Amino acid sequence: MLATLFKFRGGIKPDAHKDESTRTPIAAAPLPARLVVPLRQNAGSAPLALVGPGQKVLKGERIGAPEGNFSAAVHAPTSGTVLAVEPRMLPHPSALSAPCVVIESDGEERWIERTPVDYAAESPDALRDRLRDAGIVGLGGATFPSHIKLQPGAAGRIGTLVINGAECEPWITCDDMLMRERAAGIVRGIGILRHIVSAERVLVGIEDNKPQAIAALRAAAAQAHGIEVVPVPTRYPAGGEKQLIRVLTGIEIPYGRLGTEFGVQCFNVGTAYATHRAIELGEPLVSRIVTLAGNVARPGNWEVPIGTPIDALLELAAPQAGTDRYIMGGPMMGFTLPRTDLPVTKAANCILAASPALFPPQGPEMPCIRCGACTHACPAELQPHELYWFARAKNFGKAQEYHIFDCIECGCCAYVCPSNIRLVDYYRFAKTSMRALEREKAAADAARERFEFRNVRSEREAKEKAERLAAKTAAARQAMAGGGQPAGTTPSVPAAPTTTAEAAAPLPQLDEAKRALIAAAIERARAQKEAVQPKNIDNLAPEKRAEIREIEARRAQVRELAKTPPEEPV
Amino acid sequence: MNGSPHLHLPVSVRLVMFKVLAALVPGIAVYVWFFGAAILVQIALASAAALAAEAALLRLRGKPVALFLTDGSALVTAWLIALTFPPIAPWWLTVTATLFAIVVAKHLYGGLGQNPFNPAMVAFCVSIVAFPALMTQWPAVGFTDFSAQMAVVFKSQSAQDAVTMATPLDALRTQLHVPEARATVAGILGSHASFGNIGGKGWEWIALAYLAGGLWLLQQRIITWHVPAAFLVTLALIAGGFSLGEPDRFAGPVFHIVTGGAMLGAFFILTDPVSGATTPRGKLIFAAGAALLTWIIRSFGAYPDGMAFAVLLMNLCVPLIDMNTQPPVFGRKAQQREKPHD
Repeated sequence: MLATLFKFRGGIKPDAHKDESTRTPIAAAPLPARLVVPLRQNAGSAPLALVGPGQKVLKGERIGAPEGNFSAAVHAPTSGTVLAVEPRMLPHPSALSAPCVVIESDGEERWIERTPVDYAAESPDALRDRLRDAGIVGLGGATFPSHIKLQPGAAGRIGTLVINGAECEPWITCDDMLMRERAAGIVRGIGILRHIVSAERVLVGIEDNKPQAIAALRAAAAQAHGIEVVPVPTRYPAGGEKQLIRVLTGIEIPYGRLGTEFGVQCFNVGTAYATHRAIELGEPLVSRIVTLAGNVARPGNWEVPIGTPIDALLELAAPQAGTDRYIMGGPMMGFTLPRTDLPVTKAANCILAASPALFPPQGPEMPCIRCGACTHACPAELQPHELYWFARAKNFGKAQEYHIFDCIECGCCAYVCPSNIRLVDYYRFAKTSMRALEREKAAADAARERFEFRNVRSEREAKEKAERLAAKTAAARQAMAGGGQPAGTTPSVPAAPTTTAEAAAPLPQLDEAKRALIAAAIERARAQKEAVQPKNIDNLAPEKRAEIREIEARRAQVRELAKTPPEEPV
Repeated sequence: MNGSPHLHLPVSVRLVMFKVLAALVPGIAVYVWFFGAAILVQIALASAAALAAEAALLRLRGKPVALFLTDGSALVTAWLIALTFPPIAPWWLTVTATLFAIVVAKHLYGGLGQNPFNPAMVAFCVSIVAFPALMTQWPAVGFTDFSAQMAVVFKSQSAQDAVTMATPLDALRTQLHVPEARATVAGILGSHASFGNIGGKGWEWIALAYLAGGLWLLQQRIITWHVPAAFLVTLALIAGGFSLGEPDRFAGPVFHIVTGGAMLGAFFILTDPVSGATTPRGKLIFAAGAALLTWIIRSFGAYPDGMAFAVLLMNLCVPLIDMNTQPPVFGRKAQQREKPHD
C-alpha cells in the first residue's frame, strides 16, 4: 500500500547544507579522560544520583535512577572512577547548572554484564521498564522519555507508528548517516517499538533529499513486514513531530494533546536504533551520533560518548578562522552555546561552528509592516504578527487567546520577516513570562490557603485559650475566696476584660498562669511564622529535598516538645 | 539576545517597497504615453516632498534617519499620491498633500507600520475636500505638450477648458445627477471622443499596465490574490447587476474596473499591508467592502471617484475584521469551527 501524502501549511526551504558532513562515514570519537554526565537528560523529573565520589563504575552502569515514572535512567558512558557529583553548567541557552556525575575514565571501556533479551517473549510492560532503565529518550532533541510515549493512551491502541527520519534542519546529518549505515539496527528497533504498542502500520518519513538513507532503510525494511519507508517533500519543518504525523497520516495533533490520543505516535530513527541496542544488545544509551559542521575543516558525524566535553569534539572537526560562536542543534532551532567546555548530552544532535560568513548577522530590526510573510510561513497556522504585537505589549491574555503556546518555535516566521524582527525571541519571552506568572499565581494561591487556614486555627486557639483562662481565673478566684463566692465569669466570656480591681489584686497564681500562656502564645506565633515562610526547595535535587524533610521533621518535634510543658503544669 | 533562528532570508522592508515601486513603472510609462511627461514631474515633486518630510520627522522623533529614509515606504506613498492626483495639479497642491500624508497620516500615528489609514488616500481625500476644483482638473486628451503642462503646474496659469476636461467618471456623475438632462450612460460616454469606448481614452491602457505590475507583485508574493480578486469581482458584480437592470443610469462593470483608481487601488492601494486586513477571509471582506463603497460613492456620491473614501472607510474596519476572521490554527480546525468564539 502506498501512503497518500498530506501537506502541512507554511514552512520554508533554506539551503540544506547536508553534503558537507556526509562525505565520510560515522567515526568513533576518542574517549576523553574525563566525562561530565548530567543527571537530568530527559524531559520530566531529574534522576537521583546512585554513585558518590571515589566509586568505581563500569561502562553502562547506572549512575542515576529514574525519579518516578516520568524520568529515565542515566548510565556511565565508560568505565572509571567517579570524581564528583556536583552542579555543573549544562549546554543550555540560559547556561543553567545542574547536578552532574564527573567520571575519570580508566581507558578500559569495561562493560557491565549485558543482558540481551528476546523482545518477542517479553510483555510490553517489561519492555517499557527496560527502556526507562536503559535511559532511552527521544534523540531528535526533545529527550522525552520513550517509555511514556509507548503507554497506551485514553483512546486505547496506537495503530500507527511514525518513525521520524525527516531531519529537516539544515546542516544536521546525524540521522541521515545513521540511516545509511545502521538501517538494520533501526528496523530492528522499530520492530520492538511496534511490538510494545502492537501497531499495525509503521510509516518511516524521510525527506526526499536523502536518497541514500531512503534506499538503505527500504532495503533493511524489505525483510520486515509492514514497515513503509515514505519519502516526504523537503520543506522545513517537515521533521517537526506534528508536521510529520500530519504529512504521513493526515492527523493534526493540537498543542497539549498526545499523539496516543489519536492512535498515532512518533519516534526518531535514532531512538529506534537506541531501542534496538538497549533491548537486543543489553546496552543502555551511553553514546549518540553528533554532527560537527559549519565553519570547520573536517565536517562529519561522530559517535560520541555522552558526557564528552564539546571542546574535545571540536578538535576533531578543526574549526576554522572566523568562527565566532558555536550552536548546539541546527541553525533554525539551535542555541548559541554559552561556553564550549560543556558536555555532550543525549539531546546534542549537532554542533555548528558559526561564522559571520555562514550565518550573516541580521539587519537592524524595523517595525512590523503586517506584510503577512510570517503567516504564510507558519506551520502551526498561527498569526505570528499578531502574537508579536501581543508579546511586545505584554498582553499575555490576548497572546494566549491567539494560541501562542501552539507555537513550536521553529523559526520560520523570523526567517522570512522582512523587518528582521526576532519573532521567536518575543514568543519565548511571552511564554516564559506567562509560565512565571502561572507559578506566582500558584504560589499566591497556596499562600492564601495557608493564611486562611492559619486564621481559622488562631481563632480556634484564641477561643480555646480564652476558655482555659476563664476556667483558671474562676478556679483561682474560687481558691482565693475560699470557695464561698460563686464563679464571677462563665467559661464563654473572654478573659481580656478583667476589671482593674481584679488586675490590681494580688493574684500570684494567676500572674504565673498568664505568663505561661503568653510564653506559649509567642512560641506558637513563632512556629506559625516559620511554617508560613515559603519553602524554596522545589528546584533542589531529590536527595537534598529528603534531607530537608528530615530536618523539618526534627524541628517540628522540637517545637512540639517546646510547646507542651508550659501548658500542662499550670 | 541571540536566540534561534540563526538563518535569515535576504529580505527587507526596502526590498518589498522597491518591488512595489518597480511594479508601478509600466503603469507610469503608459501614463506618460497618453498624458505627457507632467506625471513624471508630479512624481518627482511628491518624492522630494515625501523624503524631506520623512527625514525631518525621523530626526524630530529621534529615529535612525538613514535606515528609515531608505526603506522606500515614503516613496511608495509619494508615487501613489502623484498617480491619483491630476497630472496638471498645481505643484503646491501635490507638495502640501504629500507633506500632510507623511507628517499627519504617517508619523503622527507612529511612522512606518503604525498608520491605521493609507497615507496616500488620506492626502487624496483631504485635497479633494479642500480643493475640489483643482482635483478634478484633468488634462484633455491631446494636451501632452510638456511646456504647456508645466505652465499649468508651476505658474498656476488658470486651466482652460481647452486643456482640461472632466474624467468620464466625473462626467457621468454630474450629468446623471441632473434628472432634467435625461442623460444616459451611453449618451454621455459617446458624447466625447476622448472618453473612448471603455473607460476613457488612455485609462484602459493604464489600467492594463497596472494590472500587469500587480500580477508581477502577486508572482513575487508581495501581495496575495485575495484583495485584488475580491475587489475587482465585487465591483464587477455590483456594477454588472445594476447596469443590467438600468443600463441608462448605471455604467457597466468593465467601465468601472478600468476607469478611475480602480485597478491602481486593487493592486497597489488596498494591498497596503499596514492599513489593510491581514487574514485571508479578512482580506476578502475588506476588499469587497471597499468595492461596494467605491461603487456607491461613484454612483450616488458627491465626489467623482469613490476609491479613496472607500479605502479609508474600510481601513477603519480593519481591526474589527481581523479580530473576527482569525483562521483556525493547526490541530484546532474542527474545534474552532464548532465554536468560533469562546
